[in-house]
Amino acid sequence: MKTATPNTLLARGLIILLMIVTLLPFLSMLSAALAPQGTYPNGLQWPADPQWGNFVRAFEVARMDQLLLSSTLIVLGVVPISVLISTMAGYGLAKLTSNKYKWLYLVFVFGLTLPFEAVITPLYYEVRALGLLNTRFAIILPLIGLYMPFSVYWMRAHFLNVPHDLTEAAQLDGATRWKEFWLVQVPLARPAIMSLTILLFLWTWNQFLLPVVLVQDPMQRTMAGALGAFQGQWGTDIPLLCAGSLLILTPTVALFLVFQRQFVAALMQGAVKG
Amino acid sequence: MTEDKTSIPDAHGQKRRLPPSRGSRKTRQAAWLFVAPAFLAYAAFVLVPLGMSIYYSLLRWDGIGKASFHGLRNYVTVLTDSDLLQIIGNAFQLVLYFTLIPVLLGLAVASAIRSHMDGRFGTLTRTVLFLPQVIPLVAAGIAWSWMFASTGLVNQTLKAIGLSSWARGWLGDFVWALPAVGIIGAWVLLGLCTMLLVTGITKIDPSLYEAARLDGARPWHEFRYITLPGLRQEIGVCITVTVIAALASFDIVYISTQGGPGITTTVPGLEIYRLAFAHRQVGLASALAIVLMVLVLITIAPVQWFTRDKK
Repeated sequence: MKTATPNTLLARGLIILLMIVTLLPFLSMLSAALAPQGTYPNGLQWPADPQWGNFVRAFEVARMDQLLLSSTLIVLGVVPISVLISTMAGYGLAKLTSNKYKWLYLVFVFGLTLPFEAVITPLYYEVRALGLLNTRFAIILPLIGLYMPFSVYWMRAHFLNVPHDLTEAAQLDGATRWKEFWLVQVPLARPAIMSLTILLFLWTWNQFLLPVVLVQDPMQRTMAGALGAFQGQWGTDIPLLCAGSLLILTPTVALFLVFQRQFVAALMQGAVKG
Repeated sequence: MTEDKTSIPDAHGQKRRLPPSRGSRKTRQAAWLFVAPAFLAYAAFVLVPLGMSIYYSLLRWDGIGKASFHGLRNYVTVLTDSDLLQIIGNAFQLVLYFTLIPVLLGLAVASAIRSHMDGRFGTLTRTVLFLPQVIPLVAAGIAWSWMFASTGLVNQTLKAIGLSSWARGWLGDFVWALPAVGIIGAWVLLGLCTMLLVTGITKIDPSLYEAARLDGARPWHEFRYITLPGLRQEIGVCITVTVIAALASFDIVYISTQGGPGITTTVPGLEIYRLAFAHRQVGLASALAIVLMVLVLITIAPVQWFTRDKK
């Protein structure tokens, strides 16, 4: 396997080329982020005197600490509840209903391909009527609902594959449905729950449309939403814009690098199931 | 359905449902309790808004004052107004970039690197190729706005290889802005598609390739008669994901071009946002939203149909 045939070299060359194409935009931003303030740098050119201080300034200007807090609060509002209620629903739909109730599942699945833009206008009026406009709840509550089709689909698919004997065994032992769910099914579902958690975390953290429409104050938004405002404000200051953008994408990239295996698995399965 | 076949007729000649607990009243109640919270959240923030969207689409309403019933006229406008048609057309042009490039390039790369994805090198590859999936699309938009800027890397490269006359402000160019936006989407989706296709290829039985080689098949034949049919499902997944990304695009366009120059890069998602919140034409925005939803559904349905495993 380890012999370097021409084919192997060609394959490796292709992979490396693909990796370079993927990384170039990041490198280009990094080189611009290090250029002196107020200059108009070149696409990719290591500056003679790299201005690492640009990152400090971007951190302060973007109020990164507050953004981190805001995004974290939003994720904490969305992900645990979404995972909990979709796991329950997935179990209910897979194990407790017969074919007669397939329509209920189909109603959920209907939302799988729904573009968020299709409901953003009424969501605005709904959230306004609830008095939640410009609060983080304006992002949190709708996202929980919008993620339901995928989450329920995902968890139901998992529970369909759990052998039915388990349920029967638990019931013979006198467990109620609720107990069986928590003591038998949830522990077994951990890998599926883990992947779902990663996907929902990423989608929430990177959510852009809802924050932009429903929340005016960038400090109450997600990182991605705040990046939009940051670009609006500093779009002409290329070094600062690039430094800020790099800072804003650091948290997820760092998490991704640490949990690389789990992230990749979740993203691949997510695409296949979605 | 399989349950019915395995069930045993009872004394009254009726079919007994297996497992017996499933149909009981108590189980049904439990089922509702388990499903209810998810359903309420879904209903409150998807089904109700969707219903409202349909209702709004029949109105002539500025979002503040009194609304008047407008019948289907908003839909007629969406489907006849030349600007709106161009905007819908833009979304389908983006499909060409978002879908064709990642799938075709992904296929080529995946079949070339088929068996070279194990070990550390494989992990590194996966990590790098998934980066665009992890960062916000807005960040991809900003990175590429800089790539396409007048002093950006694209023009820098063109100048370096003696093609200075090709250099331009790509995202501000009436002809090139839309393809440039397309390239951004292709960049985001290429890694994901490649990895999905690589995974699909490793699932194809290697003995098929050996047998083909013994029969003297050329690489092209291997690709055409083994790889391509074997990847049917994965290709379906890639097309589905990328088509939805193109038709429902918003983030990249909003950040990189804001729909300009003119409306050359405006997509339905952006136009809905503009009509509803800047131009206060809530009815028209809603009609466009419903049309967008239907377009996604009817574009995706045949892809799903053709590429699912026939069981």
